[in-house]
Amino acid sequence: MNETLILTLLTVITAATPLVYAAIGELVVERSGVLNLGVEGMMLVGAVCAFATAHYTGAASAGIIAGILSGMLMAGLFGFLTLTLQSSQVATGLALTIFGVGVSALIGQPLVGVAYEGLHAFDIPFLSDIPLLGRLLFSHDILVYGSFALVAAVALFLNHSRAGLVLRSVGDSHDAAHALGIKVLRVRYLATLFGGACAGLGGAYLSMVYTPMWVENMSSGRGWIALALVVFAVWQPGRLLLGAYLFGGISILQLHGQALGINVPSQLMSMLPYLTTIVVLVLMSRDRGRIRRNAPASIGRAFHPTT
Amino acid sequence: MIALQKRANPSQLMGYLAPMIALFITVLAGLVLFALLSVPVGAAFHAFFIEPVSSVYGLAELGVKAAPLVMIGVALSIGFRAQVWNIGAEGQLILGAIAGSVVALALYEVDAWYVLPAMMLASLLGGMGWAAVPALLKTRFNVNEILTSLMLTYVAVLLLSWLVAGPMRDPDGFNFPESRLFHDAATLPKILSGTRLHIGALVAIGLVLAGWILLSRTLLGFALKVNGAAPRAASHAGFNQSRLIWIALLMGGGCAGLAGLFEVAGPIGQLLPSISPGYGFTAIIVAFLGRLHPVGVLFAGLIMALSYLGGESAQITLNLPLAVTGVFQGMLLFFLLATDVLIYYSIVWKKPQRVTLQRAIDANSKDQVHEHQEILHR
Amino acid sequence: MPPNSSHLSATAPTAGTSTAPARLVVMENISKAYPGVLANDNVSLSLQAGSIHALLGENGAGKSTLVKILYGLLAPDSGTIHWQGNPVNISAPVVARDLGIAMVFQHFSLFDSLNVLENIALGMGVDANDKLRQRIIEVSTRYGLPLDPERSVYTLSVGTRQRIEIVRCLLQEPQLLIMDEPTSVLTPQEVTELFNTLTVLAEDGMAILYISHKLEEIRTLCSGATILRGGRQVAEADPRKESVASLAALMMGDELPPSSQRRSRVVKKQVFAVSMLNLSAADANGVSLHDINLQVGEGEIVGIAGVAGNGQDELLQVIAGERMATDQKQISLDGRLIGTDDAGRRRQYGLCCVPEERLGHAAVPILSLVENVFLTAHHRKNLRTAGLLSYRRSRKFAQQIIDTFNVKCQGPQALASSLSGGNLQKFIVGREILQSPRALVISQPTWGVDAGAAVAIQKAIADLARQGAGVLLISQDLDELMQVTHRIGALCAGRLSAFYPTRQISIQQVGLLMGGETLTEAPLENAAGENAAGTLGDGP
Repeated sequence: MNETLILTLLTVITAATPLVYAAIGELVVERSGVLNLGVEGMMLVGAVCAFATAHYTGAASAGIIAGILSGMLMAGLFGFLTLTLQSSQVATGLALTIFGVGVSALIGQPLVGVAYEGLHAFDIPFLSDIPLLGRLLFSHDILVYGSFALVAAVALFLNHSRAGLVLRSVGDSHDAAHALGIKVLRVRYLATLFGGACAGLGGAYLSMVYTPMWVENMSSGRGWIALALVVFAVWQPGRLLLGAYLFGGISILQLHGQALGINVPSQLMSMLPYLTTIVVLVLMSRDRGRIRRNAPASIGRAFHPTT
Repeated sequence: MIALQKRANPSQLMGYLAPMIALFITVLAGLVLFALLSVPVGAAFHAFFIEPVSSVYGLAELGVKAAPLVMIGVALSIGFRAQVWNIGAEGQLILGAIAGSVVALALYEVDAWYVLPAMMLASLLGGMGWAAVPALLKTRFNVNEILTSLMLTYVAVLLLSWLVAGPMRDPDGFNFPESRLFHDAATLPKILSGTRLHIGALVAIGLVLAGWILLSRTLLGFALKVNGAAPRAASHAGFNQSRLIWIALLMGGGCAGLAGLFEVAGPIGQLLPSISPGYGFTAIIVAFLGRLHPVGVLFAGLIMALSYLGGESAQITLNLPLAVTGVFQGMLLFFLLATDVLIYYSIVWKKPQRVTLQRAIDANSKDQVHEHQEILHR
Repeated sequence: MPPNSSHLSATAPTAGTSTAPARLVVMENISKAYPGVLANDNVSLSLQAGSIHALLGENGAGKSTLVKILYGLLAPDSGTIHWQGNPVNISAPVVARDLGIAMVFQHFSLFDSLNVLENIALGMGVDANDKLRQRIIEVSTRYGLPLDPERSVYTLSVGTRQRIEIVRCLLQEPQLLIMDEPTSVLTPQEVTELFNTLTVLAEDGMAILYISHKLEEIRTLCSGATILRGGRQVAEADPRKESVASLAALMMGDELPPSSQRRSRVVKKQVFAVSMLNLSAADANGVSLHDINLQVGEGEIVGIAGVAGNGQDELLQVIAGERMATDQKQISLDGRLIGTDDAGRRRQYGLCCVPEERLGHAAVPILSLVENVFLTAHHRKNLRTAGLLSYRRSRKFAQQIIDTFNVKCQGPQALASSLSGGNLQKFIVGREILQSPRALVISQPTWGVDAGAAVAIQKAIADLARQGAGVLLISQDLDELMQVTHRIGALCAGRLSAFYPTRQISIQQVGLLMGGETLTEAPLENAAGENAAGTLGDGP
């Protein structure tokens, strides 16, 4: 019984990690005032590039780097269109997703069904020998540890660094930031690229760890869920971690439903994460005051630097 | 250095030219793509763009693919103008197909004139019902409709796969996850014999006209446009924002639902786990490509339909993966967004200048020209 | 608490020395041109330490341009600047700051979601650490501008926000402080506090350049004035030796038109009224309205004074019909109870409104003038045929507005966003007035509008009233209110004061009403029958 519990919890962690990466990246992007709806597309591209690279080179680290870079490339495309060419952020984000779905399917064509051994977990000496907790907390692959480190780093960055303050100011009022001489577009570009790197990393985790293989459209909406998670987190890193794990838990419910004795058809169980997302959004959005207070005020609005 | 300078008045010429430029660049990019895939470029171009429409049957197929795109595209374009972002048209399409199929199967072997109209009504209600959820959540609870309508699409896909594998499965179908084939009274009449072209095409054209009149001449159309461009002005004019959101979403849901029915009662003939190659999403591109105008949507729908046919034909003749279609469509939207910029900005040569100059001057005047495509993250 | 002058650099002369004070800044023959306009034409300006000097002129006279050149935001086409006797090239604000020039802008660059400490840190380009926190507390208390570094800016009033800007400047230990139209958003009482601070700073040796078009304030505060008109420097004066009228003459080129002798009318018939209206704020940033009572008679112009943010937006919204009153009795037009009717219906009955914000609220920027006409006029001007919009009739009406009000534009099909502020305002006001309303409610009618258009708008409003309509005028511009209205009251924190005949109340008393106080004595009729602006402040 203990064993199944631990195994279940471990799968929760694997389910949550891609969400953590994708969402923390988007959180930073949104705090700078940009709304990038293309997370799903970036995750898929990251997934397929990571898988392909890891498969062909045999090196997991190469795969991870490929995931990061491909995500950044997609994000750069988004940045160019919305920040330099001032196109609509909503439309461009949607375009990024549609394009990402298509491109990833194209690249992944020859890779469907190919096996990959996946990223290895490693044990932290000493700590992983603690009964129960040891295996739960200290026997993971590097990307899991990385996700926690990343959230902590983002929290420190946003709240205790000058660069983080500048980023928050751009998200609050790009006009005021511009008047102070802050390079708004540069800050947003950097944030967007960071978001792309994270989404790519999340995708890489999916194709290298979660289900070590490539399937067309394998993120199944996780990118969109990540967007909802940012709202749930009220744009705060700590809460985002909590939300990702909640969602991880819910999506695992669907996998272990049978084992837990829930006699509902698998398709209906699979709906849980999506329905939960809706419920969460309702709960969060009802309080207009809270959203207005915490959402970066300039989000989604195009910044017009003067000529 | 090259810089963008805001035009005093948006260029009307560019409004028409930009989609064509985007199309042109996309085709070029596509040819590059073919080359990268080691496919003979000339043959690919022919397979993709020429071959599909070189016969009557081919042209009819164009109509078959374009009909749902145009139907949904018109409704979406009106909604997008009102800044109501219905991204879940695919899910609404599925629900419409399901609802219509339920009626068809309930009236199985009933040979009466009212079967099809009943199916159509059911599909309208089904699609509208599915769109009502994001409408309710947005107007009551202030939830962003992009995420809710999208989540419901995933739910709809799962619902469909459950239904055709379970409750709606053909009992004589050898356990395949599909419904019975619809009987004759539940099948759409064809309008061109020897082809699959059905009345959906006519309905689509009708919707284009209706949409055009709505947008340009009615108070409701005006209200939708104003609400999208300047919500405070809409409120000032006495337009009820909640009502407009409902109308925009229900319109999209209804059209998508009907389109879904036309697919299953037309070319497909039954309910399957997969009834649409992403029409609901492609319709978004169609709406933008058509400049959010019903007539533009008509042309854009035909072009996008060609991309579907081209993908299929290229797959058959050249073994190109079907995914190329998706790449094309995504690229087209990208290039469209990029060339859009030429409508509002002209390209000039500029010497670098103090960036804060104009803003400092503008700071003293309260007038601010609002970005036309502002979205407020609520 | 007397300020200590240890923060001044050694080279600055102390005030009150018997020799002629050295000139801190000398701008000579500054010229700056833009396509189509010569913003500064050979302007010269010199400032001495320890003095408060005014830069006076109407909107568009060139004050902002000159000051931006001084602060390094603009480069002059010709002319020189000397700082403490040495020629300097101020190429960027950071150069100006290094010299010791600080500027408080009219529009603050503050971040609502960040706190005072973070805002100041960003503004200064430094870290938001404890050292800065200490300095903020120290400097802000020293000059009577107390600030709590941890407060989030969105919780602060406008006056406090200005304090943040000033403290941010003072932390850089400037020798010259430039204030750009600082009092346009302050109540008269807050203005007094600001003036005390500025006087203390000047006594401390700081030079202050005070930009304004408010003559009374300049007479109270400044010892010298440079007057600009049309880009040229037309005069130097000592405001303390001039009168409001003479200063205005210098500023505008001819004598002020005699102030209108607007008697309060004996009201024959009430045309518009609000009774016992309560409205809760829509969100945390809004203002709730309490017990609003007002009446407007036929032919009357009733004014509501008040600094922005005291409920004007909410009042206009509930009158226009964007928000409903809780009971239909609370708003009436010609005796008809319309409190719960929607905006379109109210317009149909004859209640027209002009909101404060032109683009985005009164008009849609991306639509043409023809379509904008349809926005509010399709009821009263019958612009629909069988449910469909009539372009022909809308266009005709739009052209009528353009012709009657002299709106400079490319025709009725021009986009609203292509019009200048003044012309767009004329169009919007014209659109409502030509609907022949029974009552017109208009907010900030001449804000940011050039002088010519302002006069045209005020005349149009006066004409409308003369034809028997009632007008409710909400404005931050006290001069405008005093000149144009028959009766005047003030809105403060969502409550309306009592209304008084404009001729019988002084601007100082209106200031008290704006601050939420009640007048203990009934305002006396001024012996000369004037209603020219009175003096600010309550005296020593």
